[in-house]
Amino acid sequence: MKFAYYPGCSLRGTGRAYEDSLLAVFRALDIELEELEDWNCCGATTYLSFDELTSYALSARNLAIAERMQLDIVAPCAACYLVLNKTQHYMHDYPHIDQLVRGALKSIGFDYKDRVKVRHPLDILWHDIGVETIRSKVKAPLKGLKVAPYYGCQIVRPYATFDDQYAPVSMDRLLEAAGAEVVSYPLKTRCCGGSQKGSLPEIGLDLLSYLLIEAKKCGADVIATACPLCQFNLEVFQSEVGSRQRPISMPIVYFTQLLALALGAPFSDIGFKYSVVPIQPVLRQKEIACA
Amino acid sequence: MHENPAVGNEKAAFEPLIAAFFCNWCTYIAADLAGSSRMKIPPNVRVVRVMCSGRVDPQFILDAFSEGADGVLIGGCHPGDCHYQEGNYKTLRRFRLLKRMLADMGVEDDRIRLEWISASEAERFRAVMNDMVEKVRALGPLKLKPPAEVFAEEVAPHA
Amino acid sequence: MPEQVTTSENSVRDPARIGVYVCHCGNNIAATIAVDEVAQYAAGLNKVVVSREYKYMCSEPGQAMIEQDIRDHGLNRIVVASCSPLLHERTFREVLSRSNLNSFYFQMVNIREHASWIHDNRAAATEKAKDLVRAAVRRVALHRPLEPRRVPIDPAVLIVGGGIAGIHAALTIANAGKQVYLVEREPTIGGHMAKFDKTFPTLDCAACILTPKMTSVGAHPNIKLWTYSEVMKVDGYVGNYKVTIRRNPRYIIEDLCIGCQECITACVYKAGKVDDEFNLGLSKRKPIYLAFPQAVPQKVVIDPENCIEFKSHRCKKTCVEACAERGAIDLNQKEEIKEITVGTVILSTGFKTFDPRRRPNYGYGRFQNVYTSLEVERLINASGPTGGDVILRDGTRPQSIGIIHCVGSRDHNTNRWCSKVCCMYSLKLAHLLKEHTGAEIYNFYIDMRTPGKNYEDFYDRMLDEGVHFVRGRVAEVSDWAAHPSEKGKLIIRAEDTLAAFVRRIPVDMVVLSVGMEPKEDAHDVRRMFNVSCSSDGWLTERHPKLAPVNTLTDGIFICGACQGPKDIPETVAQAGAAAAEALSLISAGCIDLEPYTAKVMEEVCCGCKTCIPMCPYDAISVDEAKQKACVNEVLCKGCGTCAAACPSGSIEQNFFEDEEIFEEIAGVLTHA
Repeated sequence: MKFAYYPGCSLRGTGRAYEDSLLAVFRALDIELEELEDWNCCGATTYLSFDELTSYALSARNLAIAERMQLDIVAPCAACYLVLNKTQHYMHDYPHIDQLVRGALKSIGFDYKDRVKVRHPLDILWHDIGVETIRSKVKAPLKGLKVAPYYGCQIVRPYATFDDQYAPVSMDRLLEAAGAEVVSYPLKTRCCGGSQKGSLPEIGLDLLSYLLIEAKKCGADVIATACPLCQFNLEVFQSEVGSRQRPISMPIVYFTQLLALALGAPFSDIGFKYSVVPIQPVLRQKEIACA
Repeated sequence: MHENPAVGNEKAAFEPLIAAFFCNWCTYIAADLAGSSRMKIPPNVRVVRVMCSGRVDPQFILDAFSEGADGVLIGGCHPGDCHYQEGNYKTLRRFRLLKRMLADMGVEDDRIRLEWISASEAERFRAVMNDMVEKVRALGPLKLKPPAEVFAEEVAPHA
Repeated sequence: MPEQVTTSENSVRDPARIGVYVCHCGNNIAATIAVDEVAQYAAGLNKVVVSREYKYMCSEPGQAMIEQDIRDHGLNRIVVASCSPLLHERTFREVLSRSNLNSFYFQMVNIREHASWIHDNRAAATEKAKDLVRAAVRRVALHRPLEPRRVPIDPAVLIVGGGIAGIHAALTIANAGKQVYLVEREPTIGGHMAKFDKTFPTLDCAACILTPKMTSVGAHPNIKLWTYSEVMKVDGYVGNYKVTIRRNPRYIIEDLCIGCQECITACVYKAGKVDDEFNLGLSKRKPIYLAFPQAVPQKVVIDPENCIEFKSHRCKKTCVEACAERGAIDLNQKEEIKEITVGTVILSTGFKTFDPRRRPNYGYGRFQNVYTSLEVERLINASGPTGGDVILRDGTRPQSIGIIHCVGSRDHNTNRWCSKVCCMYSLKLAHLLKEHTGAEIYNFYIDMRTPGKNYEDFYDRMLDEGVHFVRGRVAEVSDWAAHPSEKGKLIIRAEDTLAAFVRRIPVDMVVLSVGMEPKEDAHDVRRMFNVSCSSDGWLTERHPKLAPVNTLTDGIFICGACQGPKDIPETVAQAGAAAAEALSLISAGCIDLEPYTAKVMEEVCCGCKTCIPMCPYDAISVDEAKQKACVNEVLCKGCGTCAAACPSGSIEQNFFEDEEIFEEIAGVLTHA
């Protein structure tokens, strides 16, 4: 099993923990990754709202590179995942976009045939590897750790390619396989506000506070995420949210970090050193190794 | 070949003339629907109505090209929906063979076209019309070599 | 054998004297095409004696003008350049007929739908009109006199679908003394209406107004009611349709069953185990069951997929025992194939409701107290699963209810159309739920559509009754409580566009006003009957304004929701209209079919038999003695495929002969 790995800008930036842990998980499960040659930014929400057509062309360049490598793409960042999918859908639904993008790709030497599939790590781990295989490879089960699985909105909406739009279960099942106790978290696909914490802080903060307070109410020790922006938002503004209600200090990690830990990867190598809210106190309390 | 009457003093740009054979039950009605919906369609098409696309004799198509058509379009019902059960399947068979013959005669691929357009598909009708007129316009007027020239070419190496 | 209809005698190759008429059609054509120029151009064409333009050719003075010219100038061919032949070809052919000219000496040119309405360049459109007129003039000179084929109309009528539309049409026709075959797929007639509680705006009890009609159908001597049956195959043509119907086995001998239901009581299942389809899964039924208490026919049915005897052959068969005296249960019953001949068919196959699982943000299937409107009709119905008591799936009684309009309607993600009835039935449910529960009711709507008679008053009444209205499309239904007061409730989030803020309204029960959709097998059904469907799946009428119940296939009519979303009054009106159309044909006794049939010119036919397999109707056979092909005019439907296939050109299609088409081709392409 081999995939073209598309880290996207965030996994080399604020999402470094995601990359470190993802690579560890895939290594432990013998999934081969080859980084996409000379990949470029997907455009995410910013470029798309600035110049839509060019943005699709930029995003499609990554698809074309993967096609040349004859591999499907795995895109862990939720925004990259959505934009790449969206590009494929829009090329399919709108002939003028298809024409423009293919023309642009042709001008740089790509004869793009749209044979690439864009996959998310949750999809690959749940469908291709399977919960049973993962369970069998777990070396240090996260017994007693209560996790709130937070998917965010972009990987399930609008294209519910591998899981349900409002009540997905892939992350739940994977974390259970890692031995954790997954709490029932009703806001698992509710938007975190994205970049609104910067542009419309009142709204952004509101959305974040609901997520954090509810996680606490559900008894979670930690929130697991699948998106660098969700992780950032939930982690970094806890003092602002907390001061309005009661203090909140909840570790926000990537689901791959928890999986990697359970699969026996060394604690120091899977991005926990980048955490703003450290997870060690919680792990020690549950007597889970974090040396 | 058909000169564009709309252009006044400047040299008239080439406007292709396309003969179309539409079946009464599907494509003709789609064209009517495009009309009642006031869609904008280029004026290059001339429609000949038949009851079924199965009526379209390959001779009609050849005749159309020889009478001055730059392109020929056949419109019928989607497979499975033919008002007369199977007429459109016969059309498809004839069309495939005719296309090969026409290619041998030097008639470019885009000049002869078979489309399945159902009675409610006015939008599809419009898209096909626009696309075909554009493609045929790009090919230019149909230029079939006169038989004498073809004969001369074939004979030359053996002279 | 079709009768020969005599018209005037005009020998085939009289020198043609052609009259050309270019219509303005008000401004429809004249605004874009220089009609006078076209008429003038036509005047100069070969064999054209008269060429005129006029405002409305299809009007009485327009038609009279043609008749006058035929008299004054001895015209024997007419060309009218106006709208689509599908609209007025028949009209103008009748003009010729009245003037004692063969009606097929006429050619129509479409310069409206195919020219003035789609081009904005006046010069180009006018040139095109000239080309098309020239083609028609060249063609019409070669037209031969043709006799329409007159076929008799069998007075029996087939009606497919036994909802209110089918029932009304059946009674109308049966009361006129004609034989009706009413075929219904379910074990009972009644359709969706039988499931409703009350109907808007009068709040009549649906069953009270429907069941008398259902009973009449069951008892009518002129109606053969075949429920639990489906149409399998249709052959033939208007006046003479041969239909094959499959009667599925009920495992009950219909003539012997009196509907006493002792067998159901005796069934080894003490309680229901199978989802009751009539109650939409809100209750259970046994494998032996009656569709609903007022089912017509009042006959029991056994469901072989759930009956123990059929699955394992180990049942005590207490049902058979209970019916020992009458012996109505026959577990070995086989399906029965019926073949009937009818002259006309009415399709009244109805609709299905939108599956709200396609809008997952409304939580149907995830939250147990989210219901569809149809499920609520059963809940509030006195003969429903809870006897009319509104008890939710979790056993509680709601004190607040949200009704969400436009679920699966006016939605680019699912169905774009408005389903027409949902606003009214949402208001009705608001009233009935309030009456049954005293709860606070909130209706969430986009627009309030109340167009029918007394419908607006009904809306006012709901406003007076204190129903709350929020104008805004609901974004989501969720069970997450933002504060303690919302705990245990379903929260409806919607933007209140009139108050300009986003609301969270906690309710105990959510009702989804689901839209109407075509039935899943609409495409299969319509193919069987050779009628067309729009891409959505609604059966297509011949003309949306002037022929809403006719189809393009003579003798097949449509009515009710299968043609498009509509309420009961409209459905009944259409059903009456379809019945009238059928009766009109039956009363006329015969119909003239277009004579576009194929004919073989024996002198040229060499007996190669290429044409034989071309015909899907087996209309061509070989005369073995003469070794020539021979077309059966009665079976021929006039597609012309054989004519195109014939290598020697010895088969010609009437009105679409090779020569005629070659002239038309030359006409559109070459300039005079």
